[in-house]
Amino acid sequence: MSMTYLGKAVSRVDGPAKVTGAARYAGEFPVPELTYGVVVSSTIARGKITRIDSAAALGVPGVVQVFTHENRPHTAYLNRSWRDEVAPPGAPFRPLYDAEIHFSAQPVALVVAEDFETARYAASLVRVEYEQGPHTTDLERERGTAYVPPKKRNGIAPPPDPRGNAVEALAAAPRKIARQYVSPFEHHNPMEPFATTVLWQDAGRLTVFDKTQGVQNVQSYITSVFGLKAANVQVISPFVGGAFGSGLRPQYQVFLAVMAATELERSVRVTLTRQQMFSFSYRPNTIQAISLGARPDGKLLALTHEAIGNTSQHEDYQETVVNWSGLLYGAENASFIYKLVKTDWASPADMRAPGATLGVFAIETAIDELAYELSLDPLALRLANYTERDENDGKPFTSKELRACYQQGAERFGWSKRNPAPRSMTEGRELIGWGMATGAWEALHMKAAARATLRAGPMLEVASATADIGTGTYTIMAQIAAETLGVPIEAVSVKLGDSSLPKSPIEGGSWTAASIGAAVQAACETVRGKLFKLARGLENSPLANADIEHVEFADGTIRLPGDPSRSVPIDRALAAAGTEALEAEETVGPGLISSRRFSRNTHSAVFAEVRVDEELGIARVTRVVNAVAAGRILNLKTGGSQVMGGVVMGIGMALHEETMPDHALGRFMNHNLAEYHIPVHADIPAAIEVIFVEEHDPEVSPLGVKGLGEIGIVGTAAAIGNAIYHATGKRVRDLPITIDKLL
Amino acid sequence: MNRFEYARASDVAEAVRARAADASARFIAGGTNLIDLMKENVARPTRLIDINHLPLRGIEDTDAGGVRIGALATNTAVAYDARIEARYPLLSSAILAGASPQLRNAATTGGNLLQRTRCYYFYDTGTPCNKREPGTGCPAIAGVNRIHAILGASENCIATHPSDMCVALAALAATVRVTGPSGEREIAFADFHRLPGDTPERDTNLGEDELITAIDLPPEGFASNYSYLKLRDRLSYAFALVSVAAALTFDGDTIREARLALGGVAHKPWRDTAAEAALAGKPANRATFETAAAALLADARGYSGNAFKIELARRAIVRALSQAAAGTPQVQTDKRVR
Repeated sequence: MSMTYLGKAVSRVDGPAKVTGAARYAGEFPVPELTYGVVVSSTIARGKITRIDSAAALGVPGVVQVFTHENRPHTAYLNRSWRDEVAPPGAPFRPLYDAEIHFSAQPVALVVAEDFETARYAASLVRVEYEQGPHTTDLERERGTAYVPPKKRNGIAPPPDPRGNAVEALAAAPRKIARQYVSPFEHHNPMEPFATTVLWQDAGRLTVFDKTQGVQNVQSYITSVFGLKAANVQVISPFVGGAFGSGLRPQYQVFLAVMAATELERSVRVTLTRQQMFSFSYRPNTIQAISLGARPDGKLLALTHEAIGNTSQHEDYQETVVNWSGLLYGAENASFIYKLVKTDWASPADMRAPGATLGVFAIETAIDELAYELSLDPLALRLANYTERDENDGKPFTSKELRACYQQGAERFGWSKRNPAPRSMTEGRELIGWGMATGAWEALHMKAAARATLRAGPMLEVASATADIGTGTYTIMAQIAAETLGVPIEAVSVKLGDSSLPKSPIEGGSWTAASIGAAVQAACETVRGKLFKLARGLENSPLANADIEHVEFADGTIRLPGDPSRSVPIDRALAAAGTEALEAEETVGPGLISSRRFSRNTHSAVFAEVRVDEELGIARVTRVVNAVAAGRILNLKTGGSQVMGGVVMGIGMALHEETMPDHALGRFMNHNLAEYHIPVHADIPAAIEVIFVEEHDPEVSPLGVKGLGEIGIVGTAAAIGNAIYHATGKRVRDLPITIDKLL
Repeated sequence: MNRFEYARASDVAEAVRARAADASARFIAGGTNLIDLMKENVARPTRLIDINHLPLRGIEDTDAGGVRIGALATNTAVAYDARIEARYPLLSSAILAGASPQLRNAATTGGNLLQRTRCYYFYDTGTPCNKREPGTGCPAIAGVNRIHAILGASENCIATHPSDMCVALAALAATVRVTGPSGEREIAFADFHRLPGDTPERDTNLGEDELITAIDLPPEGFASNYSYLKLRDRLSYAFALVSVAAALTFDGDTIREARLALGGVAHKPWRDTAAEAALAGKPANRATFETAAAALLADARGYSGNAFKIELARRAIVRALSQAAAGTPQVQTDKRVR
């Protein structure tokens, strides 16, 4: 069936609102008689507040209140009341709960004033005295304390069971390598700072404008922590200026803003500073060890993958790091270990392709190292160990077109022209390197609901509580709705990011397109059925004998495809029935049997070219081809942008991003965008080519969609590191690959 | 940010008087650094004296055959001034190696000289810092010091001066013209910025009550053989790990005069006349350049996170001198190192 909108390069429907400034963000909603809260942050990493002196701050005219642990309102007692949808096991951080300091830059006070400038000035006057305790922040130094997390984090696969005997197989393997890979702390650093505006209404009703990837997650956190009724708390987040996972959990500014609003019975806004954005949510510092044993022809005989990541003292944050090796490569003997080390930092949090970016960087670098050890082409080595099923649990995939990714990516990139010898390709004073890597991510379908409402015009509204963090959710919801009911996309309005809308999980894990898409389609199909009944029931209906399977919904009409004269405009059907609106809400979840029978993953092959000025240690990425198999692509433009954005972030991971800790102070030091380097335009090649490999997969989700939010970053850093090795003969195993490591 | 008063000065004398009358007042021009420092509570002036309306924006020829740049000329105005581009392309190039177009449109020449260090600790009032609060200590020495000094540091401070423009001005041997309550005076560029010693809180030798009014460039602009090479942690919009301003004149194939100054390596733009002397009278080849680099870096000292900058500086000096000698200066527009 030919499509008008699905699978096409449709421009963002929210684009005009964003470029004209009409789109409002959490810290921008105009609210009458607003007060402003400014956070005071701790200067120590661990210890106790011995004295907190707010007198000077309170003395500033315009200051309304200074909240500290000493005068905070009563909040929930049990840890489970503080846990949100994606909380790891443990005790969630409670802002202003007591005198204990758990991490550097922890919020210790909130100064609320009639205007922002007064609050900011008064915040500088709050004096805090501490009794400093000993802190441990250095993963490398504490790695001896690593432990297997006793309680699994919900939704995170534990390491696969061992297969065969990896130790013996490694010892016996004719060729082998054993390597260690290190990745630094990375902070999400979305452009928009975290902010919450709470509109306080009479009778204690709160409208909470929050920067979040899950309005209902925040709503349930607020009601549970403060003991409020859900009917009295509405959370709204129509636009999010980037999040990358940092907005999955409710952050402390939403707690502080709601606390202040309920206590003061005033509207309150709290916006964090860039420095404060470094006080929560980051990709954990990780040390990985990989051993590979192989036959000279490349067949893998043994694989071990161990990862140690840091977490906080109070939660066991977990992500899936080591499983990807077992998913991608079939070695009869394999073992996997994933451990944590407690540190005096805030809890890490999911950051774009959490775990996979790290684990795949390590295994895809190790495979490249093995290829050189065996004098094999890195792509040929991967094909020699290609898996047709998920080797971790023996399940077949719903689909896996990785072979086509390799083939199409290699062809577009010109991989066959590569001279495999390191340092063999040069131009002028630059060494040229070509590297490649595999990427993989999950293709999840989560239970979600959506509502569709059709009115005369025709005008169609679709709604779900999900989020659009820049990913294109608005656009694909509009595309699916327009396609299903045959109305122009301009006639579709989309509502999301409002806790009062039909239920949605947090927007993350690349599952939104598949999950919300299925719900939107189901709701629209129900409306379609109702509409058809009305049209067929019209007096002298031209569709009187037609069946819904035989009509098409197009151009705002319902008609027989072969006979345009037998057509009923939507408006006529609604008018004749005297119906103002047709509405349907549907909830769609994954098939449980399918979930048990199949593994579901997206795959990719990333090819990168780098040019290195060896004398000065400068590497630049000059070309990237990323071939992605992700089932059905709903929108070539927003989907392509998602993958391209992932590649850009992968370039940052490879060459730039690193939060630098001072372990003596237990504090992150480069807490600003001048010194926390993300790539700028000059660092990004003019050519990032995204290829969507054909992958028909009716099993993975109702629309055949797998999701694109994370796959673009996975594998990119390894491809670049491998290209740098090819260019220079230098293997850098600790990220990022900066000048000093290439000198 | 603290509360402050704002006053607009209408002439230089009034500005100087206002500053002399209030020890915690500060001049404000482009504000590209001071406003940031105020937001971070690092600078807490009680009064801002706005000098943007003073008649100090001109760029004009001097009687001595050089060019005078008004203290309020923006970085953009200087970088794209036809005389500067033709006669002092090293200065244009250095300016364009720094910041972003938006910042350069606002930032002024005088303000550029008074930029404060980008040391992580200096910017974070939650940590000790001898420059921000004398006597509290310097955690950078044993801490995160990737962007810190390898030359001329002290046990009290290893911060670096962040300017690119000033590295070129040091190489060109500019003169800083200042006005204070007792009148005008000139400060040789080499004497303008200070090393940290045991007073790291003082960045310059400018008097508390003095105002920079202009920069004078001498007649020799090294327009044929120069290069400004900046190495950083991404290809644009980052402060220098190491930058090099190199300028040469020739007698046939022999170097007649050389200028060599480094940025990102010390508390001040680091011009080394001994290294320059090692170049004069020599053929322009790699051996000569390496000798000069070795002379310049003889006393360099690295710390845990920045020792690599010594070798990086050595290579950058050789490259920049090679570019200058070949008449193929580093191009700043496409950000690629040549």
